[in-house]
Amino acid sequence: MLSDFGSILLFMIAGVLFVAIALFVSKLVRPHRPNADKLSTYECGEEPIGDARIQFNNRFYIIGLMFLIFEVEILLLFPWAMVFQDLGWYAFSAMFVFVFLIFIGFIYELGKGHLKWDLPSPAVPEYVEGVGVVERDIRTEDDEFESDGGLTFK
Amino acid sequence: METFFFVFIATFAICTALAMIFSGSTVNSALYLVLHMLSISGFYLLLQAQFLAVIQILVYAGAIMVLFLFVIMVLNLGEDDTLKSHINFKEIFAFLLGVVVLAQLLYIVGGYSGVLPELTVEQAKAVGTVEAIGDELFTTFLLPFEVTAILLTAAVVGAMLLAQKTSNVED
Amino acid sequence: MEAPIVSSYIVMAGALAVLLNSAAVVVYVERRVAAFIQNRVGPNRVGPFGLFQPLADVIKLIFKEDVTPIYGNRTLHTLAPMFPVITALITVAVIPFGDGLFITNINVGVLFILAVTSLGVYGVTMAGWASNSKYSLLGGLRAAAQMLSYELPLGMAIASVVLFAASLSMVDIVNSQLYWWHVFVNPIGAIIFIIAAFAEANRTPFDLVEAEQELVGGFHTEYSSMKFGMFFLAEYMHVVIGSMLITTFFFGGYHLPFAGYYAHLLPEAGTWLKAMLDIAVFLGKTGFFVFLFIWVRWTIPRFKYTQLMSLGWSKLLPLSILNFAVIAFILMLIHG
Repeated sequence: MLSDFGSILLFMIAGVLFVAIALFVSKLVRPHRPNADKLSTYECGEEPIGDARIQFNNRFYIIGLMFLIFEVEILLLFPWAMVFQDLGWYAFSAMFVFVFLIFIGFIYELGKGHLKWDLPSPAVPEYVEGVGVVERDIRTEDDEFESDGGLTFK
Repeated sequence: METFFFVFIATFAICTALAMIFSGSTVNSALYLVLHMLSISGFYLLLQAQFLAVIQILVYAGAIMVLFLFVIMVLNLGEDDTLKSHINFKEIFAFLLGVVVLAQLLYIVGGYSGVLPELTVEQAKAVGTVEAIGDELFTTFLLPFEVTAILLTAAVVGAMLLAQKTSNVED
Repeated sequence: MEAPIVSSYIVMAGALAVLLNSAAVVVYVERRVAAFIQNRVGPNRVGPFGLFQPLADVIKLIFKEDVTPIYGNRTLHTLAPMFPVITALITVAVIPFGDGLFITNINVGVLFILAVTSLGVYGVTMAGWASNSKYSLLGGLRAAAQMLSYELPLGMAIASVVLFAASLSMVDIVNSQLYWWHVFVNPIGAIIFIIAAFAEANRTPFDLVEAEQELVGGFHTEYSSMKFGMFFLAEYMHVVIGSMLITTFFFGGYHLPFAGYYAHLLPEAGTWLKAMLDIAVFLGKTGFFVFLFIWVRWTIPRFKYTQLMSLGWSKLLPLSILNFAVIAFILMLIHG
């Protein structure tokens, strides 16, 4: 079995060597003429402002977390998928209970809207005849806007 | 050959673990931890436990460490020493706690040495396959398996509630 | 025992050479097909029909100056291009090309592919983080979240294949399609897998990672010279590998459709001839899916990020789980 994984190890070594050699050859022949403008961060020609490593939206964290939980579920499905035909209806129903329990959590998240990536809906001022300027939420007006984050105007 | 691989992987594991602890940047630490996880899956392979080896990569290196990286980036812990504590009292407490845990581990492992059955390579191979794990999981260990599902669901809901508190502010 | 070891080295070297060269071929094909679709000529100056264009590109990349941003992390910036190339190379190690023609047949081949896919996240995240540029970081994070999200439907689609094959070995999965390809018995799984494979390869319509109009170059904005070349190479290697995986899991690998019904009627072929035919069938199907990747790229516009995420989480994932459950139930009714 070691030899089975040994050939994968060989491929890994081949990959490292390939990249290393390619980068090394390029290092030998390419020019090296740095200056401050070249080495600064690229921001479409503007002077870079601030650090790039800002705090970003914690939706990414939620995605990571949900991925972890479902990954574990999927991994537990694999051994079951291999043996379920031999184990009969008992093991079969056991797995369905498992999937159902996980699914409850998933539906809860969906219902609460944690998996929605819509942007916060802005209140848009609009002039209405006889009433004056009113602010309205463009997303609640039409369900169609819901799906694309309320960014399109008709 | 197997001894050579063991020594190689063990050295690699210890080096990456030390590098993780002593590395100044949190992102580097996390990446060293990924390498450490990969070397641990190498140990599983040497013990003929293929399923565990792949799970180790998938769950720990592929999912948990990505989550770690996300958390580091969300908290914006860059190259600085934000995580380093300057209070000695905490360090002493952590050291004492470490010693207690180590003693516990040694006691538990010591109690089991010699109890483990001697397996030939063929027997070990048979135990480590996915079929064998599936058979055991869905007959002998069915109840713990179902409880895992409840645990996972609770984890989903709990984590979301915690994350939501901050997400309202951020939006 | 000596002979198989030698031949396995030959297979190994052959697979490596094919994969590395296929990336160059795919680059050329992509530019020609794109030109055809857009009613242009495409590269036609270097060599006959512009065939040496990829070679010229490589030589150009080698001689380009390398610029590493000083505000970034130099070591990680250099190491990041290694990840996608290595993950592409080690995936090909478990794919069978023909009857008995595989580099290694591990018992957990399917899970191995999932594991390698999940490690692919690090290349883009590291590149984005190490560049310390706003475009790179946003691109890297988007890429990471996208790859994570689409790995779940991918995994479920593969699990529904395992239901039929009852094995995690890639060779067994191909052989279980001797009579019926999985795409005929599991079409929803096949569609989900193809969509997820597009997303994992970061190709249009899911190339939010390097959406030029908003993120310049995405995670490789700050990359130049051969380091950029490695990302470029890896992208096309992942296209080839995605096609190989679609072929292996759902389109019968090296088997012709319904081969089991009429294979015994055909004249017996010699070992070498059979190997050549197997490889030809496999590469033919792979070539078709590479073409599909290119075709889709130049036909379908890009998604929005909100659409991408909602497609992955609230549509593909429940659908793939449902598909898995229904197939398991039907199989249980038939065989249980």
